[in-house]
Amino acid sequence: MLKIENLQARIEEKEILKGINLEIKPGEIHAIMGPNGSGKSTLASVLAGREDYEVTGGSVDFLGKDLLEMSPEDRAKEGLFLAFQYPVEIPGVSTTNFIKTAVNEKRKYLGQEPLDAAQFLKTMKEKMKLVEIDQSLLSRSLNEGFSGGEKKRNEIFQMAMLEPKLAILDETDSGLDIDALRIVANGVNQLRSKDNAFLVVTHYQRLLDYIVPDFVHVLYKGRIVRSGTKELALELEEKGYDFIKAELEKETV
Amino acid sequence: MQEENDDILEQITSSEYKYGFVTDIEADEAPKGLSEDIVRFISAKKNEPEWMLEYRLKAYRQWLTMEEPTWPNVQYPAINFQDVIYYSAPKQKVAPNSLDEIDPELRKTFEKLGISLDEQKRISGVAVDAVIDSVSVATTFKEELSKVGVIFCSMSEAIQEHPELIKKYLGSVVPATDNFFSALNAAVFSDGSFCYIPKGVRCPMELSTYFRINAANTGQFERTLIVAEEGSYVSYLEGCTAPMRDENQLHAAVVEIVAMEKAEVKYSTVQNWYPGDKEGKGGIYNFVTKRGICAGDHSKISWTQVETGSSVTWKYPSVILKGDHSIGEFYSVAVTNNFQQADTGTKMVHIGKNTRSRIVSKGISAGKSQNSYRGLVSVAKNASNSRNFSQCDSLLLGDKCGAHTFPYIEVKNNTAIVEHEATTSKIGEDQIFYCNQRGIDTETAVALIINGFAKEVMNQLPMEFAVEAQKLLAISLEGSVG
Repeated sequence: MLKIENLQARIEEKEILKGINLEIKPGEIHAIMGPNGSGKSTLASVLAGREDYEVTGGSVDFLGKDLLEMSPEDRAKEGLFLAFQYPVEIPGVSTTNFIKTAVNEKRKYLGQEPLDAAQFLKTMKEKMKLVEIDQSLLSRSLNEGFSGGEKKRNEIFQMAMLEPKLAILDETDSGLDIDALRIVANGVNQLRSKDNAFLVVTHYQRLLDYIVPDFVHVLYKGRIVRSGTKELALELEEKGYDFIKAELEKETV
Repeated sequence: MQEENDDILEQITSSEYKYGFVTDIEADEAPKGLSEDIVRFISAKKNEPEWMLEYRLKAYRQWLTMEEPTWPNVQYPAINFQDVIYYSAPKQKVAPNSLDEIDPELRKTFEKLGISLDEQKRISGVAVDAVIDSVSVATTFKEELSKVGVIFCSMSEAIQEHPELIKKYLGSVVPATDNFFSALNAAVFSDGSFCYIPKGVRCPMELSTYFRINAANTGQFERTLIVAEEGSYVSYLEGCTAPMRDENQLHAAVVEIVAMEKAEVKYSTVQNWYPGDKEGKGGIYNFVTKRGICAGDHSKISWTQVETGSSVTWKYPSVILKGDHSIGEFYSVAVTNNFQQADTGTKMVHIGKNTRSRIVSKGISAGKSQNSYRGLVSVAKNASNSRNFSQCDSLLLGDKCGAHTFPYIEVKNNTAIVEHEATTSKIGEDQIFYCNQRGIDTETAVALIINGFAKEVMNQLPMEFAVEAQKLLAISLEGSVG
């Protein structure tokens, strides 16, 4: 589904990704962990097509297409979704209106008829249950005055509505209390299928208790330095990132 | 990134005016320039009674002694008032009896604008008084309106048919001497609409006028008068478009509204006169005086405007709150792009007791445009317990445009409560990227964000106008953001 080869990217003059290799197959959940500043969020942003970052090398194949050649909106319409670490507010635009626009833009791209009001409402009601989100919240301006938990649930709700092939969750657990975390994770688990895949970017192992990954990768200084199964996450939790740093220093000596 | 941003801005702001086409109809024109003879010419063309000519001449003489205002925050080369054609009427052999008799070219013009008259007539139930250049060419629904006693006709017709009403109310809210442009209008106004709602009548349909400037170098000077008698209600819609012209065209309209006791008038405008091209060449000068008076107790006047056009706009729809417990409202969205300049706002003049006013102004600036809100809230000595709430929000697209707010407050009664809130924000690249990531392209995203910003005002528009206004906002800013 997604094949990243030797991906390098920088922001202004600063190299951040220094050669990322990663392959994700349908049905898989991958977790990317790493200390602050290791490039986790940059990777998520580069994949989504944020223009602040300049890709300086490497390639990304997404479902047989060159992802890096596509505009951010086309990536989205091809089935890539990013749950933002900091979802933005759009005053005066209700979540309902926003997501309806998004859903129909995607359908148009795929050559499908737009959903009419009744169909849309029906789909929306189903997906609302997944993340235990309230109708009244969706009638309010997008993310305006939402609590941290509400914003993150709204992200997962939008994900459910857009049914992406690949969803990237960028530190979705940050700022969530344990209940909100469980709700968010439940939503993700229910959306999981053999046809889609998830890339979960997180700083803490905590989230991975709820969303159990097939693979865990450790990102450090712009490279994936360790890959393993969920046990790797537990090891990290126990020993902290310092042990990776120490090991790496040993190797380079 | 900044460059990227500017690029996108360039693109959206660079889209061309979509309503620029010229209808090829022979026009019956006055020679260029302004003099007593021209005033007489116009009056004679319209076969006006003596008192009307006198009114015009008096206004003209007054105008000669006045000076063009320089206080607005706009800049444009001096207008040569002798270089303007003050009267231009499409030539028609006989006055049309029905829509079918209207010049097919004219009808095409309306169709391009998306307001095919028969469609309007058949489907929407909106009575349309279409003004092309200076003469009202079609008036629909007149019969149905007359059943309930509502008079809705062109100003020329009203002068002939209802002289007593015109004599009583014309210039009663905006006197010819009010300002430079109102004096000019009073002297040379060519046509416009007159609307009279009798006591206790709720006008059964929205009344609508479509203005359009067509011939080259013609100033358009409409005159609109709405009188709502005791306990009546009317919702009036005004829409404007002008084709592309290289030279600036002058538009100086006057609108007067009189609301008697417990009467309510809702006046909505969607204005998209030609704004000039990307280099700031051409476009309409829109110098308009709009004012209503809440003459009776418990009356209400509400202005809603969506202003996307004109190269220079100077316009302050105002309400004089004379009756006790009367209410004045002003809801405005003003969009400026490229080199457009807008200085617009309102005046709420509280004279009666317990009067209330509400001002919601949303300015959107893009390109190299300048957008100013100018508003006055005044509370007279006897206007006890008056209340005003003003909110002025500005949204900037890019960093070459400007937003300005000039709120004036004069309060002479210490029981009054006057509130003013103002904000300025920019469309952020974060917002755009967020939309992009959901599969929404930048242009659609901007339209979405803009409409969100302007929602409070858009909600005030009647349904059929709201849809058009939303489209207009998107068109006006097409190409314009990051």
